[in-house]
Amino acid sequence: MTRLTVPKTYKLYIGGKFPRSESGRVYAVSSAAGDFLANAAQGSRKDARDAVVSARAALKGWSGATAYNRGQVLYRIAELLEGRRAQFVDEIMQAEGASAAGASAQVDDAIDAWVWYAGWADKYVQVAGNANPVSGPYFNLSVPEPTGVVAIVAPQTGGSLLGFVSAIAPALVAGNTVVVIAHETAPLTAISLGEVLATSDVPGGVVNILTGSPAEIAPWLASHGDVNALDLLGAGALDWVDLQIAAADTLKRVLPPEADAVPSLARILAFTETKTVWHTKSLL
Amino acid sequence: MKFLDYAPAPESQALLNLKPDYGLFINGDFQLGNGTPFSTISPATEKQIAMIASATEADVDTAVAAARRAYDRTWSRLSGSDRGKYLFRIARLMQERARELAVAESLDNGKPITESRDVDVPLAAAWFFYYAGWADKLDYAGVGPNPAALGVAAQVIPWNFPLLMLAWKIAPALAAGNTVVLKPAETTSLTAMLFAEILQQADLPNGVVNIITGAGATGQALVNHPDVNKVAFTGSTAVGRMIARSVAGTDKKLTLELGGKGANIVFDDAPIDQAIEGIISGVFFNQGHVCCAGSRLLVQESIHDEVIDRLKARMNTLRVGDPLDKNTDVGAINSAEQLQRIRELSDIGVQEGAERWSPDCVLPQEGFWFAPTIFTNVSTSHRIARDEVFGPVLSVLTFRTPAEAIAKANNTPYGLSAGIWSDKGSRILAVADKLRAGVIWANTFNKFDPASPFGGYQESGYGREGGRHGLAAYLAPAVRPGSRSKTAAVTTAAAAAKGDTAKVSADKAASARKKATK
Repeated sequence: MTRLTVPKTYKLYIGGKFPRSESGRVYAVSSAAGDFLANAAQGSRKDARDAVVSARAALKGWSGATAYNRGQVLYRIAELLEGRRAQFVDEIMQAEGASAAGASAQVDDAIDAWVWYAGWADKYVQVAGNANPVSGPYFNLSVPEPTGVVAIVAPQTGGSLLGFVSAIAPALVAGNTVVVIAHETAPLTAISLGEVLATSDVPGGVVNILTGSPAEIAPWLASHGDVNALDLLGAGALDWVDLQIAAADTLKRVLPPEADAVPSLARILAFTETKTVWHTKSLL
Repeated sequence: MKFLDYAPAPESQALLNLKPDYGLFINGDFQLGNGTPFSTISPATEKQIAMIASATEADVDTAVAAARRAYDRTWSRLSGSDRGKYLFRIARLMQERARELAVAESLDNGKPITESRDVDVPLAAAWFFYYAGWADKLDYAGVGPNPAALGVAAQVIPWNFPLLMLAWKIAPALAAGNTVVLKPAETTSLTAMLFAEILQQADLPNGVVNIITGAGATGQALVNHPDVNKVAFTGSTAVGRMIARSVAGTDKKLTLELGGKGANIVFDDAPIDQAIEGIISGVFFNQGHVCCAGSRLLVQESIHDEVIDRLKARMNTLRVGDPLDKNTDVGAINSAEQLQRIRELSDIGVQEGAERWSPDCVLPQEGFWFAPTIFTNVSTSHRIARDEVFGPVLSVLTFRTPAEAIAKANNTPYGLSAGIWSDKGSRILAVADKLRAGVIWANTFNKFDPASPFGGYQESGYGREGGRHGLAAYLAPAVRPGSRSKTAAVTTAAAAAKGDTAKVSADKAASARKKATK
């Protein structure tokens, strides 16, 4: 007699906890072949607003951590992901119908993306910041700082894990906290990644993951007064211009949709503010 | 036991698992050296810790050949991301074995366990972690797109921060894609040998890092080896000069981090409590065996007496003794030779008319010890105001105006570090502008970070370690199309001339050495 398996309940990931949707709704997630895989939480407006509260609360600690510490924490995600690669290969094969080799390559790329971004945490300031040679007796220094809470629509096509990681990692490097809407039809790897984050050293609330309909949730985030930036990376199929217009009310920084989020310094700097400090130098 | 006495709190040596003999680490394995092995001792007890192999010129040759082979066949063909992953592994292993490394370092070097445990080892691991992240980002190092590694790096490091200096040298070299032959200082090879074991655990490809032990002659053979592309040296200015001479006319790239005579300038509006602590740690940290030590205190005349009184009171509380005791502030002097030099310069200080003072402290019978010492009434012409003592000795001079402070601070052939203590930011920044020193600390002292460039002006050397600048020191700009032939022609011409030049410079060097010994 074969052993009966114990399937996992997939929930949201908000403030370091795994709550069900406040709305009580779920939707069925199917494999590439059309078989039922699991019920995912159908995130609501209230869930999104809770996630923003968590992200805001976590901002002080995460942006205040030393760059070296943030780098080590992000690197640790790669370490833990490496240890659970079999699970992710499995989930990707089921959800996306990928071959073992293809799924494995996607997990590799996701791990390597964490390593690449982790290394930037204590370097991007030196590369993007500078001393300014102003004409006068002043010390003048420009440094980038995190923007704040970043709402992200994760890629809705392509590899669900790699797309998700490529969306959130750059925002985390500088010390932003994020609220991210996962791949709608393949959301399970994102929630499993939430489990990795929850058991790594990433403080609760730094990454908040919503599953459900981006078309339903994104407008609430785009217009939310306590969200500082909006990454429409995976919103290409939505009415994303409307989202950008909604974001204009609070002058959010907005990144437009992209087909492929190749790791880049530009994605890190998109969610930073440049602060310039002037200080007098006395005459001696 | 009296009030303020401390019971012994020794750190256990039980987690050490040392071998009686250490070989040369070449091509991924420990090998016997062709030279006569020498013993490494604990400067606190003069007892032998282990025997260390000695590398001859032939061994140096083998090591450089291994590094060249590893560069050609493995390391230069790896992706930056894979090089980075090896460095991350090394950083993690160092973090995991941190306590063991700290105990070994204190045992072999004589520095207090609190320093090796809280400064040397964590910083060394941080250095690897930091440069690991650079390995796949070389385009951003500031030398243009697609920069190239240099090849084989010959690195010679000092005894004051053995493991930390190793990390400063090896981490950026590997991140940039070079392979390495490193020689630790004769008296402090132990942690380098433990580091070699870590490289084995990290499964670093053979020959990428080679560690050869020995005395000055081994180092000389290494930096003079014709198949070396980069020379990085930290140590005395005298040896730095010798190396600069010997690489002249070759296309070896050179970084030198040499001596210093750092000025610590205290203005009358300074936050005095912090200043006293900063002055104390600035010169007594690591027994004063710090090239960037604040060994010249320049104090504004109006607060001179108060500062000196408070310094003496603070020095009275410094505990000198067993490096492995967690309560120790000042450990053992690293070697008999160094102790001799500190004594000699201090005696000269008295002869030249400065006033010497040390707190009452009982020094252990065995080992090499020197009580924290302060000289007042020092003038700028005194040897103790000009020569690097490299020991727990502070020389105090005074000034009246900022201009005088700057003039006195810059009155040195060195230029590594300086400190400024004042509550007035605009004064700090204006003074910092005028100081000829590579690192300037304001209202703090002796701060180090892998992200922050470190290095000196003038005779404190050239090149920077740390940050983007430290990475660039191990990179060459990509060769632009069309420029290759021109460069090659120049190099060939130089090589042709080298036959004559070599002889001329050898003669010159010989006569220069004669002069120096006079």
